[in-house]
Amino acid sequence: MEPSLILIILAGALVACGVYLMLERSLTRVLVGVMLASNGVNLLFLVIAGPAKAAAIIGLNDAEDMTDPLPQAMVLTSIVITLATLAFLLTMAYRSFQLNGHDEVADDVEDAQIRRLAELDEASQSYDEDDGEAPDEDTDTEIADDLQSADHREERGTP
Amino acid sequence: MTALIAAHFVVAMLAPWLGRLLGHRQFWLAAVVPAAAVVWLIAQAPTVLGGGVVTEVVPWIPGLGIDLDIRIGAWQWLLAMVVSLVGAAVLFYCRSYFAEAPSQARVAGLLTAFAGAMLGLVTSDNLLSLYVYWELTTVFSYLLVGHNPLRSANRGAALTALIVTTFGGLAMLIGLIGLSVITHTTHISQMLASSVFTDPNFVTTPAAIAAALLVLLGALTKSAQVPFHFWLPGAMAAPTPVSAYLHAAAMVKAGIYLVGLVAPVAALVPGFRAVLLVLGSVTMVMGGWQALRQYDIKLLMAFGTVSQLGFMMTLCGVGTQSAALAGAGVVAAHALFKATLFMVVGIVDHSTGTRDLRELAGVGRRMPVVATVAAIAGASMAGFPPLAGFVAKEGAFESLLAIAGGDADGTGLPAGPGYLVVAAIAFGSILTVAYTLRFWWGAFAGKSPAMARTTVHPVGAGFAFAPFVLALLSVVGGFVGHGFTEAMSSWTSTFGGHEPHGLALWHGFTPALLISVGCWVVGLTLFALRDRVASGQQTFPDVYSAQEVYRAGMLATDRLAVLVTARMQRGSLPAYLGAILVVVVLLPGTITLLSPDWGTGLRWFDSIGQLAVAIVVIGAAFLAATANGRMKAVMLVGVTGYGVSLLFLLHGAPDLALTQMLVETVSLVTLVLVLRKLPKYFSDAPLRSSRWWRMALAVLVGATVSGAAYLSTVARVAEPVGARLHEYAYSFGYGKNIVNVTLVDTRAWDTFGEISVLVVAGTGVASLIYLRARSAEAKVVSPTEETVPEVRGGLVPAGRRLWLRGGVSLNPAARSMVLEMVTRLLFPVMILISLYLLIAGHDSPGGGFAGGLVAGLAIMIRYLAGGRDELDEAAPVDPGTVMGAGLALAGLSAVVPVAFGGRILQSYVIDGHIPYLSSIATPWGELPLLGEIHLVSSVFFDIGVYLVVVGLMLDLARSLGSQIDVHAETDLAPRLGSHGQRSGTTTHARLSRTRRFTPPDEDEW
Repeated sequence: MEPSLILIILAGALVACGVYLMLERSLTRVLVGVMLASNGVNLLFLVIAGPAKAAAIIGLNDAEDMTDPLPQAMVLTSIVITLATLAFLLTMAYRSFQLNGHDEVADDVEDAQIRRLAELDEASQSYDEDDGEAPDEDTDTEIADDLQSADHREERGTP
Repeated sequence: MTALIAAHFVVAMLAPWLGRLLGHRQFWLAAVVPAAAVVWLIAQAPTVLGGGVVTEVVPWIPGLGIDLDIRIGAWQWLLAMVVSLVGAAVLFYCRSYFAEAPSQARVAGLLTAFAGAMLGLVTSDNLLSLYVYWELTTVFSYLLVGHNPLRSANRGAALTALIVTTFGGLAMLIGLIGLSVITHTTHISQMLASSVFTDPNFVTTPAAIAAALLVLLGALTKSAQVPFHFWLPGAMAAPTPVSAYLHAAAMVKAGIYLVGLVAPVAALVPGFRAVLLVLGSVTMVMGGWQALRQYDIKLLMAFGTVSQLGFMMTLCGVGTQSAALAGAGVVAAHALFKATLFMVVGIVDHSTGTRDLRELAGVGRRMPVVATVAAIAGASMAGFPPLAGFVAKEGAFESLLAIAGGDADGTGLPAGPGYLVVAAIAFGSILTVAYTLRFWWGAFAGKSPAMARTTVHPVGAGFAFAPFVLALLSVVGGFVGHGFTEAMSSWTSTFGGHEPHGLALWHGFTPALLISVGCWVVGLTLFALRDRVASGQQTFPDVYSAQEVYRAGMLATDRLAVLVTARMQRGSLPAYLGAILVVVVLLPGTITLLSPDWGTGLRWFDSIGQLAVAIVVIGAAFLAATANGRMKAVMLVGVTGYGVSLLFLLHGAPDLALTQMLVETVSLVTLVLVLRKLPKYFSDAPLRSSRWWRMALAVLVGATVSGAAYLSTVARVAEPVGARLHEYAYSFGYGKNIVNVTLVDTRAWDTFGEISVLVVAGTGVASLIYLRARSAEAKVVSPTEETVPEVRGGLVPAGRRLWLRGGVSLNPAARSMVLEMVTRLLFPVMILISLYLLIAGHDSPGGGFAGGLVAGLAIMIRYLAGGRDELDEAAPVDPGTVMGAGLALAGLSAVVPVAFGGRILQSYVIDGHIPYLSSIATPWGELPLLGEIHLVSSVFFDIGVYLVVVGLMLDLARSLGSQIDVHAETDLAPRLGSHGQRSGTTTHARLSRTRRFTPPDEDEW
């Protein structure tokens, strides 16, 4: 099957512009990038559908003249979902402005903490260190030990 | 049997209520269930022990070969009997053990459920359901070991037990699947009968060896064999009855059971027997050695159990008839004496408050019955006649001696290793005698007169009843050796080697008896010289124990996770996305580049129109990517969107073009609604440095996409699936618009998923904006005499019916007469068009999406013209309700055909015409009215889609329009401008750092 070159170039260009914007930190720019890229991806379905022909409506056109309707149905789904994604991202940008005064995606604080643990050569916070006691069924005096070990864990570098 | 297993789980699930109803007596009720299993098993005894099998067929997942089939032969019967008998005894004993503790419904439920899982494990005839039961016992064990989770040591012990046994369990699962693939069956009985195992060429293939050894790994971990033994002493954190049942009598026998089950065929696989003989012997000696060092009598018992498990493993793994018989004998005898001893430990602990044998003194004098029971069980463990333990051990020595000498009993083992095994088992038995004496002496003896007598609170008869009964059975067991031999013969005869002489109290003066006597003598000596032995043990160097290896491994795993996370998870969104895209370029991109299909032909463009539009769109996209102004970027994206819509139209996709056009319009409106509250310009500063690599990556990704699209098109050889849709669209979907039929019929599941996404997104938007409930917001404004003149300056007479009366609350300066007038005319027309698109969509361009979008736009226009009160006027409903109703309607229309015998989402059609309504005869001729009716049931699905879309649009208008207005009025909206202060200096500092505006150029919006 022979594709239409201009559509292929256009799809690539839209995706490239979209990716350039998506690699930004500003949510609004990411949003614009997503819209551009999804337009580009939707065009790819036209490329797959083959050469431009007539609408896929029975009775209006002959079967040989119709474009492949299946990619169209998929794009229709994609278009509407893009709208929903856009609305959600946009609201997130707005909310970010409301809370932080900007819409930039900051680096994750948790991840920075994990990096610090790695530098300090520490185990993760969920690591339950064995305190060397013998396990036992009794409940009586043992809670105090455990609290101690919890304190110990806190000293161990949880900021 | 299936019903009995189910009964266990039912009673377990009812445990919380039973606990409230019966208190601690619930243990008695729970004990009834395994007791019933015992009765049932006794009823089956004539069949099973006479050489027959009891089977039940219970289908579960036939497609995967998984069922709950039951097959009980002699070996299964023995284990089931052990599990149920000890289970009933332990549950009965629990009543007294927990008498002073608060309600123990959790323990009761878990123990009962465990008994059920264990019963299923030892009777199942399906490899995969055996695995399910196997892991169930692991989980229940974990929960029971973690009985008191307040101590970190207990948590650690529970986790260790879980990790070690699950590790083995997963390995076993692979092995079981391997076996089922090799033998083409998931049924254990068919697998064992499979001819492949008798093929000597086959059993030495890597697949067979790997499968057998992986299964063995599961058994070794479950039965606490060296080097996986360390979880078992830790598991003593569980209450003592739990230890008695799970970690002495039942669960740890699962590994023995499995080995005994597969050994008749697996013993032929190279390595299987060697591993078991070595690890079993080492475990027996090591366990006994450790037991001799313990001061806690419960830990002493735990190491004793490890030792005995090694003994059983050795016997079951040898693969000869007489060893298997002895193994079965030890399994039965061990269950009886070890459960008894654990229960005795519990009694001692309860009545004295300690388990330290350095503190206990003179307990036997105060509790003579308990001491006697312990003495009987201990004597059975040490192998003294005339008890069950002695008979089994005699059989064991006899079978091992048969392997060591002569023709090796068909195992092909050389004499040297054979004698080594005999020596190891004999040494283990010596240690057993020594630690048994140490236990009894430590727990009950008066010791030196100088030592103070321990204060003892003697226990009631009920407490001692269960151990008493089991000890009695240990005595009885000594005299039924012949019957036992007969009963087990149907199982033992599946092994190789000579027919066994049978278990009996007296065989005459045999070498086995000689070894037994030797063990007693040396064991007694060791005990007599216990002080010297203890100091001798102290001089042994500490070796790096398996537990330390395990701990170091766990710590290393955690550290590795931290390091990998720190390296890979940078927390930066661009970095993640960049990594993904680099992979896209490197892998699919390279493959695209290297493909041989390049250059087989292409068209430059389909039409001049296509070329023209494409050029405009490319230009707009580049400008959008480089724009500094938010509004400018958004408008340029709009240009690309409308351009794409034109391309759709040129490509023969009117539905797409229509929907894209509408979506683009809605997007623009939505964007403008929000962007009015955001700054005009993007902040560029933070990422300027990385601009070039972003650009390079973007170009590469774009090139990859283009290249892949070109290649996948020219390389295509298959006929498109959609090519025959035009035949089916009408015959199955009864519609002429194939795209719409695809959406509401052919691929309706997909559409259903999509509208669910819409609902989720709409709800997400609303919850980000409203933060609290949104339903309270919708209200109908009825302007009253008080408010109207005030707002509007008294321009409208009160009481007159107004169109767009919500607009009265707007600031007059913000109103537009033209817009209001246009809206007045447009709204009804748009709603009508939207309904037309909805109904007509099945046969001509349109459909639920397009219709819903038009209706949504009509609602948005009302908002734009008349403000938020007008929006509430136009649609006085909660958007959530509309979306929910739409989703429900779509879902309902999907499942209703099932009620009429159809399939989910099947379409039906009603054709016909209604007399008098199809057309009207007028003096000027026939005037068409309704025409021919062609109603397809999928229209209800489309109405659902329509409602969801309308609800989403309403949600957008209400959240991003009305509520942002409210935010602006109540100072909640982001306040922008040169003084970006909102809440004090910190915010100000942050704002001034992050938002460095580029000064607007002339051409900026």
